[in-house]
Amino acid sequence: MLRFILRRLLLALPALFGLMVLTFIMLRVLPADPSAALAGENATPEQIAAIRAAFGFDLPIWKQFLIYFGQVMRADLGTSLFTNRPVAADIALRLPATIELTFAALIFATAVGIPLGTLAAVWHNSAFDHIVRIVTVAGLAVASFWFAIILQFTFSMEFDILPLRGRLETGIDPPPFFTGLYLIDSLVSLNFTTFLNAIEHLIMPAFTLSLGGLATIARFTRAGVLDTMQKDFVSYAKAAGYPERRIIWVYVLRNSVVAATTQIGLLFGALIAGAVAVEWIYDWPGIGSYAVQAIFTSDYKAILAVTLVVGLIYAFVNLAVDVVLALLDPRVAETL
Amino acid sequence: MSVDDALLAIEDLAVTVGTDEGKAEILDRADLVLRPGSIHGVVGESGCGKSTLIKAILGLLPKRTVVERGRVHFEGRDLLQLSGDAMAREVRGRAIGFIPQDPFQALNPVFRVGDQLMESLRWHGLPGEEAPLRGRVDRATRARHRAHLVSVLSAVQLPDAEQALDRYPHQFSGGQRQRLLIAAALSTRPKVILADEPTTALDVTTQLQILKLLRELAERFGLSMIFVTHDFGVVAQLCDTVTVMYAGQTVESGPVASVLGAPLHPYSRMLLACHPDRAVELAGIPGAVPSPLKPPSGCRFNPRCTDARPVCAMARPAVTTPASQHRVACTLYPPDADPATRAA
Ligand SMILES: Nc1ncnc2c1ncn2[C@@H]1O[C@H](COP(=O)(O)OP(=O)(O)O)[C@@H](O)[C@H]1O
Ligand SMILES: [Mg+2]
Repeated sequence: MLRFILRRLLLALPALFGLMVLTFIMLRVLPADPSAALAGENATPEQIAAIRAAFGFDLPIWKQFLIYFGQVMRADLGTSLFTNRPVAADIALRLPATIELTFAALIFATAVGIPLGTLAAVWHNSAFDHIVRIVTVAGLAVASFWFAIILQFTFSMEFDILPLRGRLETGIDPPPFFTGLYLIDSLVSLNFTTFLNAIEHLIMPAFTLSLGGLATIARFTRAGVLDTMQKDFVSYAKAAGYPERRIIWVYVLRNSVVAATTQIGLLFGALIAGAVAVEWIYDWPGIGSYAVQAIFTSDYKAILAVTLVVGLIYAFVNLAVDVVLALLDPRVAETL
Repeated sequence: MSVDDALLAIEDLAVTVGTDEGKAEILDRADLVLRPGSIHGVVGESGCGKSTLIKAILGLLPKRTVVERGRVHFEGRDLLQLSGDAMAREVRGRAIGFIPQDPFQALNPVFRVGDQLMESLRWHGLPGEEAPLRGRVDRATRARHRAHLVSVLSAVQLPDAEQALDRYPHQFSGGQRQRLLIAAALSTRPKVILADEPTTALDVTTQLQILKLLRELAERFGLSMIFVTHDFGVVAQLCDTVTVMYAGQTVESGPVASVLGAPLHPYSRMLLACHPDRAVELAGIPGAVPSPLKPPSGCRFNPRCTDARPVCAMARPAVTTPASQHRVACTLYPPDADPATRAA
């Protein structure tokens, strides 16, 4: 298994390199003259030349790339035009919030989507199946901002049981930094008030974000279970006297989850994209709302840094998915 | 052969299935008697209802099938009357073991072989022991189950039994997988073993090895087995008694020596003539097994039968016993003199 992970990591390297080339092109090559852009509208040719020399834009392009490569390797992503702080520091501060949000959404989507899909398959064509189908189609179709507004209106304004926005109530201090995930940090430091408050704040954003993924996972699990139930090894298991429930929830589900897991890897891209909107609506201090802010202020270094970080996370999640797949299905490990 | 001294007996079983084109009679007047300690062959062309017969015994008939008539006698009960729950708890994998047709497809590819083979013991217990409550097994019990499985795996001559349990199905050859599945069937020491064409998916050499193994195991453990095949050669090698099926009906049954040596039903004769092992020219039977949607009236074989007479299409031929313990359903033979024999 370790060898599999190492080989899989090696395979991820070209993708990460490609990502760097892409961001480099967006950063240095696409702007017609980055020095002129940086110098501003009223700059003299001398000023532009000075900037060109100072930033190394007069160097050959491959040298520029090497420098950029070195900077990224040292986590030097430049300074934000908006916050005037190093972009890397901004991202480090905000990334845990996004990770907390997306993982909460992913865990919820999986924990609900898989049993829902399985039951829909076991009772296929029943009323339950039809309801699940309608709900999942709706889950895919409804725009998250619209859904978020309905949730906010109902639970924050009308009934006032969940907070409208933010990650913690003002007046409650963040827990001591350990992982940056408030739920974990507050538990570790035994701050239960903070923990409960963090959960209250997380519920609506995570639920909003999870909806699309939940629908996809439920649909793929349903299809997977229906398909697996036709397999010979299921009728053999019945004939050999395994109890029906055990066959479905252990033997059939394990095979069907393989298909759903592949989906989770693909879903993660959509989840990050969704996080941009959800964070903005709920004022969630993650890299999604940071990206929106960066776009509004044309803070291109911040935009590219977010792109780079999201790409990195995406590659990592897909690596994790492949490892899980190999753990679920021994034949996968042997194909690599 | 009477039902009374049988270990398992199927009596006048009729099964229909609703299809888009109407009701199909996939079994009609199927009879079978298995005596303790014997291997009983069920032979017939593909589509004659052999697998359906096995599924009926196990209570695993597919959706939309209806048992119209008949009984499956086993241990003083009619299995067709048992609830699905009782079949799962008391019969499948415990009193009746099963060896599947295709060893390549029967094991779940993503679970270790040991975990799968351990399932039957987990739910039904070691032979002679109570089943663990709700399938909960502690470490010690699990270790005893494992040790038992290792001994069964050596009985089926699988090398490296201990390590085999930790491997995955795709790491075994077809013959080895069939040995694993035979071990799974034997592990709970069932009273009856059902085998549905267990060698069809294997190459010829492996087929012979598996047949030899089954013969040895049958002698060593005194197995009682129903063995489905479409091959009379296999029947000759392995079985003590045999039932010949055609289009969902039992047409002939009796001791192997008698049925193979002096087949009575024209269908049995033609099927035997097809077998390449015999010094008869490979005849092949003209025509095909009729669709169960509209089976021929009377004797279902009459459209293909060289001995057919008008009477054959008129009524189902009565079952007669022209030779000792050798029964046939064909108008060529006079009805039994004693009505008691006929009823048996
Ligand atoms: N679920 C079903 N629906 C419709 N027809 C079926 C079904 N199962 C079996 N049959 C039909 O019943 C007949 C007997 O099938 P089967 O028992 O599998 O025969 P065998 O095992 O002797 O080849 C075949 O004609 C088959 O097409
Ligand atoms: Mg069959």
